[in-house]
Amino acid sequence: MSIVTVQLGQCGNQVGQELFDVLSNDAHDGQRKVYSKSCIERFFHETSSGDYEARAVLIDMEPKVITQSVFKAAQSERWKYGDHSHFSQKQGSGNNWANGYCVHGPRHQEIVEELVRGEVERCDRLAGIVAMMSVAGGTGSGVGTYVTQSLRDTYPNSFIVNHLTWPYSTGEVIVQNYNSVLTLSHLYRLSDAILVHENDTVHQICARLMNIKHISFSDVNKVIAHQLGSVLQPALTGHSHGDFSRNPLGELLSSLVCHPEYKLLTLCSIPQIASSSMAYSTFSWPGMLKHLRQMLIANAKMEEGIDWQVKAPPVMPGGGFSTRSQRGPGFNTSLANLLILRGKDVYKTEIGEFQDPSIYTEWLKPTEALSTWKSPISFNKYEKCATVVSNSQALLGPLDRMVGKAWNMFASRAYIHQYTKFGISEEDFLDSFTSLEQITSSYKQL
Amino acid sequence: MTQSVVVQVGQCGNQVGCRFWDLALREHAYVNKKGVYDEALSSFFRNVDSRRSNGGAGNITGERIRSLKARAVLVDMEEGVVNEILQGPLREVFDSTQLLTDVSGSGNNWAVGHLTYGSAYREQIVDKLRRAAEHCDCLQCFFLIHSMGGGTGAGLGTRVLSLLEEEFPEACRIVTAVYPSAEDDVVTSPYNSVLAMKELTEHADCVLPVENQSLVDIVNKIKQMSGSVIKRDTAVISSRGGLSGAEKPFDAMNNIVANLLLNLTSSARFEGSLNMDLNEIAVNLVPFPRLHYLVSSLTPLYTLADVNIPTRRLDQMFTDAFSKGHQLIRADPKHSLYLACALMVRGNVQVSDLRRNIERLRPTLPFVSWNQEGWKTGLCSVPPVGHTHSLLALANNTCVKPTFVELRDRFSKLYKKKAHLHHYLHVDGMEQSSFTEALSSLNSLVEEYSQLDATKGRLIPDVPRLHIAT
Repeated sequence: MSIVTVQLGQCGNQVGQELFDVLSNDAHDGQRKVYSKSCIERFFHETSSGDYEARAVLIDMEPKVITQSVFKAAQSERWKYGDHSHFSQKQGSGNNWANGYCVHGPRHQEIVEELVRGEVERCDRLAGIVAMMSVAGGTGSGVGTYVTQSLRDTYPNSFIVNHLTWPYSTGEVIVQNYNSVLTLSHLYRLSDAILVHENDTVHQICARLMNIKHISFSDVNKVIAHQLGSVLQPALTGHSHGDFSRNPLGELLSSLVCHPEYKLLTLCSIPQIASSSMAYSTFSWPGMLKHLRQMLIANAKMEEGIDWQVKAPPVMPGGGFSTRSQRGPGFNTSLANLLILRGKDVYKTEIGEFQDPSIYTEWLKPTEALSTWKSPISFNKYEKCATVVSNSQALLGPLDRMVGKAWNMFASRAYIHQYTKFGISEEDFLDSFTSLEQITSSYKQL
Repeated sequence: MTQSVVVQVGQCGNQVGCRFWDLALREHAYVNKKGVYDEALSSFFRNVDSRRSNGGAGNITGERIRSLKARAVLVDMEEGVVNEILQGPLREVFDSTQLLTDVSGSGNNWAVGHLTYGSAYREQIVDKLRRAAEHCDCLQCFFLIHSMGGGTGAGLGTRVLSLLEEEFPEACRIVTAVYPSAEDDVVTSPYNSVLAMKELTEHADCVLPVENQSLVDIVNKIKQMSGSVIKRDTAVISSRGGLSGAEKPFDAMNNIVANLLLNLTSSARFEGSLNMDLNEIAVNLVPFPRLHYLVSSLTPLYTLADVNIPTRRLDQMFTDAFSKGHQLIRADPKHSLYLACALMVRGNVQVSDLRRNIERLRPTLPFVSWNQEGWKTGLCSVPPVGHTHSLLALANNTCVKPTFVELRDRFSKLYKKKAHLHHYLHVDGMEQSSFTEALSSLNSLVEEYSQLDATKGRLIPDVPRLHIAT
């Protein structure tokens, strides 16, 4: 089963290109026939001339980034983008969600649908669509939302997962909070799941774990690509009966998104190290899983600087659930988790700690709340690698702050004229704020 | 890729414009080694085959460069400056259909420029603008360059601005306006400036005010450092490597303004890891329609000849961008209130350097309560000629208020005595009400800035959030 990726805007196209790079390198690494075949079928289309073309559609409202991404892909000599898989215009969306959603989206709807249909038809079976975009700018956020809406209408029974990159909280685009609020409120109704990476967090990973002195966006994107790759590459799930799963997105969603009010997913991955240190590092599953669990409950995104004081409350006699009040502040309560383990000795791992009822809310039994996927094949040159995809309160803080800042700006009506001139009214803003307050409130109650 | 058209009006406008075209050619020659007409060049130039009679629109990229023509319209009511351009090394860059001149000048009278010449030449101006626009595949922006003190630049220039709004409402209008200093020798410059201000407030999308006095100070600062200390041809004022030979009196100052425009458009022309297009400038920096006056600063002003520790020099560049001495108007943004700030970086600078400096400088800069993280950032990989990296900071800051207040005071001083008023009222179509309206427009602009200033330093509580019933 194949996944079609739609890359939207500068961020979506830059991250997407790094993702396909990771997937392609991993697939061609060594002699792992079944794994490679499954990976290639999932993400690439083999042409009659033997080239591997990514199953991707590249969309941007200005041409420079797509040109760069296509060029970089071709340079890898292992894979490329299809010659007719991209669409760009001459003038961008000006960081304006309204311009993207109300003007560019509808204007180019037909041709985008055409391109996606082309990719979908090249798949034997469609596992789902992953749309990659940022929320800060105009095209990724605005056009991205419109495209998601049109995909939802065209493929009502397919799985659609949106991968979002959130900007630096210290500001990359001044109207980023407006664009983010408008995007999230709309996507929540359209998307099956929203997987989020924050620039702040990934930047920290680059700085502290990978020892990169002058971090470029390319470095940031490579980390995101690694983490996404560790989720999307073939794995053996509970339902796949000894073969690599043929329904990765469906199983991801059924493991994690049990309620339409809770769709925000985050990733924690261990280890994350500079490639130069890899030869000198050894990893043990117990150590890695212990760290990963603490990263999850203390809402830390990397192995360094974890707050080990955050603890799950002691198990009640009789093994009952802990209540919210018993978990201290700073404790990240999960609704559901998906643990993905790849590499050597993966069948000897002990994951019991992740089934501890005290880290979950009471709604699901821990055996239902935790799903585990495994793959004995090492991923991206890491001998062992563990990732947890989590539907938890991890984004509550950043989301709350983003809404707060947007609300303050909205109260003074700053920049609103830039949006109203394209057709977004103040009522639309209020609707979006209301949706997000609802989502924030729901997650607080976990 | 989009195209922009430069409209230069009046003596100052044309002299600055001339420097802009010279430096633009220099920059593209530096970057474009293969002599192929590419997308970056097409943003400001057409590639024309002068052997063919009509030359064609000249937009096809990928061909060899034959003859580059600037996407420009040159307007002046005297012939001197434009004639000089046509006799100089830039003559090949313009063709006669792009020029509009008259003989007698506007006599430093805004009304003559705006009303008399504005009406007389309306058709011709619109015609030339339309032709320039038709030569573009995708016209994004008009850059208007003029001074505020004289008659043609201030008067006819602002008339052109309203024509641009009427005829091309979709295109962005970015105005570079050179404000007269207090010691200006044109007695009526306050009248011209205030009358022009009203037009700018109402019809421009963004205005980049520049004060002559600041340019003079910057030029002096650089000249003090010259000699063995600075690498030759790396100063922001230098024309080395361009077409023109010996430098003329105002060239150094005009080069600064030309560099401002080049850096402003760099991310739209060249690639980078975080692009910043021209239409993003208005969206991010203009929170309320009338408050669109942006204070600009360029750093570094020169490159030192000896080798410095790269990181320290880089951080110094960011610090300088906020210092009083680097602003292109006489203002101190650090002690006024920031509404928004854009940082456009060129060259070998990574996002971590940018983030580090923003975090470092942020505590020292007062931002308005509803825009505490009001940063717009852009990273372009191509540095300007002679530098490894550079930074253009554009700030929407209340520090423009003193400049406007001073202008208003100089205006009032003259107006109270009705000095020179008859020169204006004699012009057909000019009424006394134009003066009072212009004054009241300026007053309300100053008032809006004052109200924002009043919020500075005050602890504004967060607005209560929407409450969800659980």
